[in-house]
Amino acid sequence: MASYRSIKDFDWGLLLIALLICSIGILQIFSAGQGTKWRDLWWKQIIFVCLGLVLMWIVSSIDYHTLLGQVPILYGATIVLLILTALFGVKIFEARRWIALPGGFLFQISEFAKLVIVLLVARFLTELRTESLHWKDLAKLVGLVIVPMLMVMKQPDLGTSMTYMPILAMGVFLAGLRWQYTVLIAALALVLIPSSWFLLKDYQKSRIQTFLDPSRDPKGDGYQVIQSKIAIGNGGMWGKGVTRGTQTRYQFLPVPHTDFVFAAFAEEHGFVGVVFVLGLYFLLFMQIVQNAQTAPDRGGMYICMCICATLLFHLLVNVGMVVGRMPVTGIPLPLMSNGGSGMLSVFLMLGLVNNVRLRRFVN
Amino acid sequence: MSTGTLRNPNDPLNPEKLDPAVLHDDTNYASGKIAFFQYVSVAVFLFLIAGFWKLQVQNNELYSEAAERNRIKSTPILAARGKILDREGRTIVDNHSSFSVYLSRENLKDEHLPAIAAGLNMDFEELSSRLRRFRSRPKYQAIVIKEELSPAEIAFVESHHDPDTFPELELVHVQHRLYPRDNLLAHAIGYVGEVTEAELDLADFARYNQGDVIGKAGIERQYNEILMGVDGQRQVVVDNKGNEREVIRYKEAEPGRSLQLTVDLDLQIVAELALEGRRGSVVAMDPRNGEVLAMVSRPSFDPNKFAGRIRQKDWNEIFNNPEKPMLNRAIQANLAPGSTFKPLVALAALENGVIDENTTFHCPGGMSFYGHYHACHKKGGHGTVNLHQAIAQSCDVFFYNVGNRLGIDKLAKLGELAGLGKETGIDLPFEYRGVLPSSRWKARTLRQPWFPGDTISVAIGQGYLAITPLQLAVMTGGIAAGGVWQRPHMVKDPNRIEPRKSDVNLDNVNQVVYGMYGVVNQGGTGRVARLPGIDVCGKTGTAQLASNELLRSSARLAAELRDNAWFVGFAPRVNPEIVVAVLFEAGGHGDQAAPISRDVIKAYFDKKNRNVNRLPTLALAPHAQKGFAN
Repeated sequence: MASYRSIKDFDWGLLLIALLICSIGILQIFSAGQGTKWRDLWWKQIIFVCLGLVLMWIVSSIDYHTLLGQVPILYGATIVLLILTALFGVKIFEARRWIALPGGFLFQISEFAKLVIVLLVARFLTELRTESLHWKDLAKLVGLVIVPMLMVMKQPDLGTSMTYMPILAMGVFLAGLRWQYTVLIAALALVLIPSSWFLLKDYQKSRIQTFLDPSRDPKGDGYQVIQSKIAIGNGGMWGKGVTRGTQTRYQFLPVPHTDFVFAAFAEEHGFVGVVFVLGLYFLLFMQIVQNAQTAPDRGGMYICMCICATLLFHLLVNVGMVVGRMPVTGIPLPLMSNGGSGMLSVFLMLGLVNNVRLRRFVN
Repeated sequence: MSTGTLRNPNDPLNPEKLDPAVLHDDTNYASGKIAFFQYVSVAVFLFLIAGFWKLQVQNNELYSEAAERNRIKSTPILAARGKILDREGRTIVDNHSSFSVYLSRENLKDEHLPAIAAGLNMDFEELSSRLRRFRSRPKYQAIVIKEELSPAEIAFVESHHDPDTFPELELVHVQHRLYPRDNLLAHAIGYVGEVTEAELDLADFARYNQGDVIGKAGIERQYNEILMGVDGQRQVVVDNKGNEREVIRYKEAEPGRSLQLTVDLDLQIVAELALEGRRGSVVAMDPRNGEVLAMVSRPSFDPNKFAGRIRQKDWNEIFNNPEKPMLNRAIQANLAPGSTFKPLVALAALENGVIDENTTFHCPGGMSFYGHYHACHKKGGHGTVNLHQAIAQSCDVFFYNVGNRLGIDKLAKLGELAGLGKETGIDLPFEYRGVLPSSRWKARTLRQPWFPGDTISVAIGQGYLAITPLQLAVMTGGIAAGGVWQRPHMVKDPNRIEPRKSDVNLDNVNQVVYGMYGVVNQGGTGRVARLPGIDVCGKTGTAQLASNELLRSSARLAAELRDNAWFVGFAPRVNPEIVVAVLFEAGGHGDQAAPISRDVIKAYFDKKNRNVNRLPTLALAPHAQKGFAN
């Protein structure tokens, strides 16, 4: 596979920023795990990062045009795997999201489905030759995306299914939508979102209510948000220092290695640390955007921009949650939260972005 | 590109089929939208950073405090109250160890409550009403839900207060007040209780904290500062399950200091027994220094019921009792003293020269003054009597005449010196002052001039006059001691207040004391108080509560308003060591009160002469019987 010019063309900046964020995440998982049952998670995280690098390299090597060509097969395989998950998946906390692999690994299809949806949206929109989306095409695309989305939502995993939305939205936005459609969609959303309240499960309703008023249930759903805000506020300007965060150390902060890892980080490293890491994320996203701008074709651009959109959405929802500005959803923080499938899926996405970069000088 | 084998030749993505130029320029059309996305990204980051700024920089202190509150748990180590001892160091009030269970409401799960109530043998309703009552208190403050746990209840708490079951429960070791049985000395000692919300608003109580147990009445209240001690504290770091991680502060409790009373338990017991089943009061005092040797008030109450959290039923029973068992009659009964007042009248008359030992008056059984007929208690009259006979036989007509000659203000002047009409200053809270009438008093309180006829009733201890049994003891003891009135006190106190002395003529004092000797020893009204070998002196009193006419009108009223019987006795005749004032409410006649005084005086001298084995015994504080974890 000598389809790229040289090793120099590899997006080293992107990789460097990603690895920096990963290291900070590993350090935080190490710190938060001290003296708890999670004390060994940090080296597992290292293994997943290494595994992710391998996958990133592999996915960079296959021309993304090839991947776009295989979208029907990939899409079909994803739907089949999601059905298998629903039928034979491992049930943890009342949710069936994982397929057990030999060796004790749990494989979360919905994380990898993100990639397939990115490729699906990119392929679908590049095939169109119109200046803006026709409503029939729009309906077709929404239909294709909404099937896996509903299946994931049923697992139930509202958070992950929601991460498919920005991919679709970014694609539609770039493809161009007539303003009449925009108005129509906005109107539909205004009607549908409040009525979807009745479709939500009780715990999902209570999460939203708790978001609006955390003190409503300070020992239940509000507990996580209140403790997370206390942890962050406790960090102050300079932070409490590694392993010194009392909220983290005495486990008042829930799951400080996964969904609330950034709150644990904020307690131990303060506002300065927060701005530094958020700055790294910003650089990462801008690097992806730059790759979109230099992409050789619409397909590459769609891939980069859709990936950037979903990663930004992850960051917004996760960090917004720990800081009390978003409702509690189980969306992990890319590159920092502990979790194999999530980590691998992010590295796969970065691999795709890199893939686009490597092929920017098309002959 | 040599990977064409994978491609469908009709695939629009096949670069061979597309115009490369179109593909290259293709992305430019989106550059505006990409720029728009970049601005959105900046906005998202600013939105998030603003959230961190608000929490970490603007409200850092607020959240740091919250984190500390999360992490640090303080439990009080309750200080034991000091003991209360009698004059010989015998324990009157002690503590016993017990366990209370506290409920922390920070982590409270309502669904735990029924199981907790069941485990503690409590009514669920009782528990929830208790929680409702403490709703206004800050959440971080644990509240007591049950005291004096039984061993089974302690076992329940210990086996269930782990993080996975009922982490909101907490066992606290407390020292409970243990008062003597049989209500011994109950009024003087008082009782303790948790400081109330209303009290915390008062300046006197500002130094206490919510949940403190303080003295509410009697000695417990008066000497609370000495008895209370200082609670210690234990601060630990806990994790989210409530598991202790480390102890960061440990301050031992400083127990309260013990307090030695002037009360003699032996005399107290005798006095309690003598008044058993009656309504009234006994005060025994050493007139030489004001030490109160015994103080009884009946009916009484059990302070042990207050030592914990008093049950509503007990509270109602005590406070709705028409006989007012909470009233310490020794210092709070404000009554006409009857003839026990006559020695003071006699002394005032002698001092002012209106009579002398040979002055006589004729008693025909009653006499008219200023248009009103005043009867003597003896129907046929006493005939012609001098001072000695008048005191011994308690002739009213003699004292009507003396009072009439003396006038109210000269009488009031000596009365004031003897401590009437104002608090004696005993170290007990809520003492009543009584009424010592004078022309000034009447002008001030009733806004009327004093009529000479008013003096006639006062001269035999009736009319406007009202005193407490303690005042009677102080007054009589001071006269017997030769005009030296000591301030009565309950606690052994080296810093004695100087007594009020008067320059009364000792000959006059001897005249009065001789009359009181006659009361007991020469066939007078108090002869039942006589004790062989001891020169007991005394004076009976029979105080009417209503006019004779009114009493005759209704048999029911007559029974209800039976005369109060008084007696005040002291011994020996020279340099008296003990004075005993007795009030026997509705006792009928003063000679009904005299035996009570006699018993106490006898006990005093029996003990002094080492005949201690003759004293009756009473079960005292059952220390080792209550409580089990001492």
